[in-house]
Amino acid sequence: MAAIRDTFFQECEEQLSELETGLLTMEAGDADPELINGVFRAVHSIKGGAGAFNLDSLVRFAHVFETALDEMRSGRLAPRDDVVKLMLRASDVLADEVRAARDGVEIDEARSLGMVEELRGLGPEGGTETDDGEDFGDFEFQPVAFGSDDPGGDSGDEAGADAGGWTVVFTPRADLYAKANETALLLRELGSLGEMTVRLDASRLPALDELDPEASYLSWTIHLASATDEAAIREVFEFVDGDCELAVSGGAAPAAPSFASELAAEPAAPASPELDIAALLARVQTSVADAPPTPEPAPLQAQATAPLVEPSPVQAAAPSVAAVAARQASDASANAAGATIRVDLDRVDRLIDLVGELVINQAMLSQRVLEAGLTRVSGVAMGLDELEQLTRQIQDSVMAIRAQPVKSVFQRMPRLVREVAAQTGKPVRLVTEGEATEVDKTVIERLADPLTHMIRNAIDHGLENPAKRAAAGKPPEGVVRLAAAHRSGRVVIEVGDDGGGIDRSRVKAIAAERGLIAADALLSDDEIDNLIFLPGFSTASEISDISGRGVGMDVVRRSIQALGGRISIASRPGLGSTFTMSLPLTLAVLDGMVVSVAGQTLVAPITAIIETLQPKAADVHALGGGAYVINIRDTYVPLIDVGCALGYRARPAEASQGVALLIEGEGGARAALLVDGIQGQRQVVIKSLEANYRQIPGVAAATILGDGRVALILDIDTIVAVSRGDLRKAG
Amino acid sequence: MSLTVLTVDDSRTMREMLRMALADAGFRVVQAEDGVHGLEVLSGEAPDVIVTDINMPRMDGFGFIEEVRGDPRHRAVPILVLTTESDAEKKNRARVAGATGWIVKPFNPTKLVDAIRRVAA
Repeated sequence: MAAIRDTFFQECEEQLSELETGLLTMEAGDADPELINGVFRAVHSIKGGAGAFNLDSLVRFAHVFETALDEMRSGRLAPRDDVVKLMLRASDVLADEVRAARDGVEIDEARSLGMVEELRGLGPEGGTETDDGEDFGDFEFQPVAFGSDDPGGDSGDEAGADAGGWTVVFTPRADLYAKANETALLLRELGSLGEMTVRLDASRLPALDELDPEASYLSWTIHLASATDEAAIREVFEFVDGDCELAVSGGAAPAAPSFASELAAEPAAPASPELDIAALLARVQTSVADAPPTPEPAPLQAQATAPLVEPSPVQAAAPSVAAVAARQASDASANAAGATIRVDLDRVDRLIDLVGELVINQAMLSQRVLEAGLTRVSGVAMGLDELEQLTRQIQDSVMAIRAQPVKSVFQRMPRLVREVAAQTGKPVRLVTEGEATEVDKTVIERLADPLTHMIRNAIDHGLENPAKRAAAGKPPEGVVRLAAAHRSGRVVIEVGDDGGGIDRSRVKAIAAERGLIAADALLSDDEIDNLIFLPGFSTASEISDISGRGVGMDVVRRSIQALGGRISIASRPGLGSTFTMSLPLTLAVLDGMVVSVAGQTLVAPITAIIETLQPKAADVHALGGGAYVINIRDTYVPLIDVGCALGYRARPAEASQGVALLIEGEGGARAALLVDGIQGQRQVVIKSLEANYRQIPGVAAATILGDGRVALILDIDTIVAVSRGDLRKAG
Repeated sequence: MSLTVLTVDDSRTMREMLRMALADAGFRVVQAEDGVHGLEVLSGEAPDVIVTDINMPRMDGFGFIEEVRGDPRHRAVPILVLTTESDAEKKNRARVAGATGWIVKPFNPTKLVDAIRRVAA
């Protein structure tokens, strides 16, 4: 049951997303009935499942929501813009209800009740819905009782109770049989209520050659010796109500005994259907009082009770065209459905681990072959080349399994935008692009928080209020743009707004006030913009409810960096700001430059490296405090000795003896890393250092090289930041 | 001999619950995800009872019942409709379409099995 519960909540998420997507499509002006149906079904399914798990609060809310959607579905409620917007907010509440139910936490009851009122307001009588409305407080699904062991409580008909008997006259119509109901089963059910005496009236039964096997000719009169109430009896016939004539007479005291005695006294009346009773009753396995034993079987009974068992041959020969067409259609879609499978993530991860091992192993093998002195043209070396290629293909394919469209995180954003828009009172339109862009699942999962924060910021800080926008000649509705795209082996995600852009004088003033920069520092526009990424910076003079949750852009930047990504900002006064994040497609492998530093082998991520160069002694200048800069084409950038930064050596190596890697950190800041030499470029499998050892500043992760040695992967941004920090302290 | 029950429901949760409840009660269970799929399954199966949802994509429960009732091979199979709606209108429509009976969600396994036993020996 717990597993089914998990399935239910998984399915809920899918349905919530379908609901939101559907409503958003409707918001865009599409009112296709199938779309409305889909939206309705989503809520309906959630309600259905929730009922099964006794999630009362969720059921209650879903019911009200569903009722409103049903109004829309039936065309009584037009999908006007304000209605759809309300439904979108209702879908947010529903999502909260689902999650509250899943996690067993309290929900914001006032919000749910408020939404219930709003949804009711859409009702057919403009909110004055009486019957449905009144019972909301104690609304519950009263499942129809099927078991006849339920005597129906005390609401029974008193006449029946004391008389100790009921007479039921039951005459099925042909329709009853056409719907596959069976009288024998109904009688058996009735028999479970108490002792009964059954009399068959077969007087209307025609001669065999005139008999229509699908018509109904029989009628039963049943005396039920039971103190049960009429409702319980009627309930037995619930399914066939309308397809039969049913008379239930409240066990009038004189009728019952006389009927019973009549049966007992006249067991062999001519042409009397009592002859069939024993056989019939044996069939329905009910206990019967006073049934006269009779040796003769009823010849027509089988047809009478189950007239549909043998379909006529004429009908059998002609399957409906519609059914055939439907079947063909379903073949096609069944194939489509068969094109995807659900796989446990653990299995994929295990496969990725194994492929990682394979890559390492293949690299080792190559190295051994090289060491063995086999020439390039030897069969072994050629075979190895092919193996290398295949390995890479396998790796790419396995990575592709983990890749998912960013849609899963993008689609959480419309709701966020609605909420923040409501809180700030700024009308906002969210534009998303490139939802189909695929990225590693882990990257996607860890993108949600930074994106959430950036979008909050974009609305809260980026967009101006409507009055200001009007003054600037902009449309009142602000636009927040969220876009994803693949660019040169990385995924680039942009969050932009068409607001006022960064107020640079203000940013600079705040940074100076917080001691982040010197008051008289000369900074370029870019440098000023990048100040917002510094820890302890927040442009809101007082922490607002929306953006201020104790996280600033520095946290965003750190989480992006933790993903091996970079973030930068571009801002134009009056036109808005755009944050650009560049992320690796996967966290499992990395294209690295293998370098030597102080006898150690290290790996630098190639994506960060702009160029490599041989420094000339004349270009390197000491700043004092162990800091150096290097002149590269008339621009001075910090020169950082990696050996010193990591503590391999105390004094910087002679720059002209080494190689400088010109790198670009996040925000476009450049620096040069001094290493002793370059060994080559290769793809390396990332092994977490944190998981296996602990976090080391300046080291992002580790890898295993072809010769089996462990090499550390440099965390370039941290190395640069630490060196700069030293500079600042020293200065 | 165990009875075969075909369940038609687009909700994975509901399918799993039905499968568990019915299998526990000793029924053989075959499942379909919507009306169209249900008809496809019927081309290779002869269930003793069909349990179907109403709100489904592609072909809803009403359409499915009509198709089954129009198919000489299966038209005598009792069909129970699964519905959260306890209002008369839905039941009526299901009955007009040819449903034998209905089960109001949420159901517990006992209720479900009782309902099936009620329409099929």
